[in-house]
Amino acid sequence: MTYWDPRIETIPMTDLKKKQYKLLKSLVYRLYSFSPFYHDRMKEQNVHPDDIRDISDVRKLPFMFKRDLRDNYPDKLFTASQEELVRYHVSSGTTGKPTVVGYTQNDIDGWSTSLARGLTSIGLGRGDIIQVSYGYGLFTGGLGLHYGAERIGATVLPTSVGNTERQIELMQDLKATAIACTPSYLLHIGEVAEKMGISIKNDTCLKAGILGAEPWTESMRTRIEDWLGIKAFDIYGTSELSGPMFTECAEQQGFHIWSDLALVEIIDPKTEEPLEPGEKGEVTVTMLQKEALPMIRYRIGDISSMEEEVCACGRTHPRIQRIQGRVDDMLIIRGINVFPSQIEHTLMTIPEVGQHFQIVVERKGALDDMLVRVELNKESFSDKINDLMQVRRNVEHRLRNALNVNAEVELVEPGSLPRFEGKSKKVIDKRSM
Amino acid sequence: MDTQKFVIKQISIFSENRPGRLAAIAHALGEEKINILAFSIAEANGFGVVRALVDHPEKAHDKLQSLGFNIAFTEVIAVKMKDKPGGLYEVAKILGDAGINIEYSYAYSGKEGAVLILRVDHVEDAIKKIKNSGAVLLEKSGFHG
Repeated sequence: MTYWDPRIETIPMTDLKKKQYKLLKSLVYRLYSFSPFYHDRMKEQNVHPDDIRDISDVRKLPFMFKRDLRDNYPDKLFTASQEELVRYHVSSGTTGKPTVVGYTQNDIDGWSTSLARGLTSIGLGRGDIIQVSYGYGLFTGGLGLHYGAERIGATVLPTSVGNTERQIELMQDLKATAIACTPSYLLHIGEVAEKMGISIKNDTCLKAGILGAEPWTESMRTRIEDWLGIKAFDIYGTSELSGPMFTECAEQQGFHIWSDLALVEIIDPKTEEPLEPGEKGEVTVTMLQKEALPMIRYRIGDISSMEEEVCACGRTHPRIQRIQGRVDDMLIIRGINVFPSQIEHTLMTIPEVGQHFQIVVERKGALDDMLVRVELNKESFSDKINDLMQVRRNVEHRLRNALNVNAEVELVEPGSLPRFEGKSKKVIDKRSM
Repeated sequence: MDTQKFVIKQISIFSENRPGRLAAIAHALGEEKINILAFSIAEANGFGVVRALVDHPEKAHDKLQSLGFNIAFTEVIAVKMKDKPGGLYEVAKILGDAGINIEYSYAYSGKEGAVLILRVDHVEDAIKKIKNSGAVLLEKSGFHG
């Protein structure tokens, strides 16, 4: 077992909590003194830095939300002056106005360190060639993975997104051993490669994928691993935390949250009470060492659960499970909560249909109507209309069982649903248009 | 009896039910100089299956597959009919009397008379029964160039 920093990664839990407490205490003092925004928030909540006497006292602190960053656009929340900043990133703004994140040199170092631990934990290091096919630029994915990969001494192939044929040629010619990109882009690469007569499994040196920036599922992992002959690892983060920050280790049992860098709570999004390990709730993060843009109890809006048992890899830092959905992506269909990830998960278990799908929600009269468009797999095409109707009925039946709500299914031609090179937009909700 | 010479390779194409799909298929076949001898469209709610007899089924298959179409081969047989009133009845009666179950069927009236194309569940069995009943089956060599 190789660690990037064994001393911190395998630190006993009690020592880790002590360390967290010290970091939290000094963070809160710093913000109370130097951040007008957070000072006011704490006053409103009637909490003083002296009230923080234990790590569990984090619960006394006020939350931060995405809207706080938007309301304070572009840099009013920064606690470092512009001279101290070495970089900006700007979020894609898929859910509203863009937000700006600034980084000091220490912030970049902390981010790269987090990724260095993660990439090492999946077995990458010096000698590996990591193709970074996340977008480079304002988006955090490209540069984030780039710095993390350089930190562990790997060779970076900074292809960014797009020009897929060329990406595949370079992957072959330069013998890339790992690729970092969105799972949907990797599927796209796999499809384009097949059209070019190249099998990622047999004709390249690729052994690992570091996949994130959009939700995906366990069954999608199985499909990617079987089809492309690689190990697929999930990576988690948002620009507010710095960018992609936390990866799974070789055990593939959730993201290790480096607790000297981040304190994660899982809370009930409605009652705002903390939940027990294993219970599903909203991921809430306090960044313990960030300088330019500190985040305290930041409500990311992702749904997950926490696992505190020491991992089989020996790392003591807790893990959060694969993201189950978004608090605000949750669709309410006829009063029932539906996550697109549930639909994806169900479709992945039906061999007759492909991995791409699109959900269209409409209101017909007083009722919500959900249509799920799925691609019919080449192998399951039957000349008989009855067989095709049977496939459709089966998909409808499985979706109804999984979601507890009726969904109409439409079979479409393979390759006809839109592929996205960035974040997938799999839901068209016409009720809000 | 060599039944194989009567087994004709039909191409079946999955198609969404929206404007322009048939044109896309026909254009691709035209480009490859593939002649369509007979075809039909079976329609279900939201999608359909285009079935066609062409002179070069392999070439048609490869071309359409390269364009991303979901395409498969299906074995069919072709029975000659008289191109006059009562022609279909004669053949249909033979099939009915022989106990042959038709999954689907379509017809065309071409240069050498009228032809009924049949998809049946047990092809070899059907070929034998039709031959024995005196109807004329067309050989695949007459279709595939």
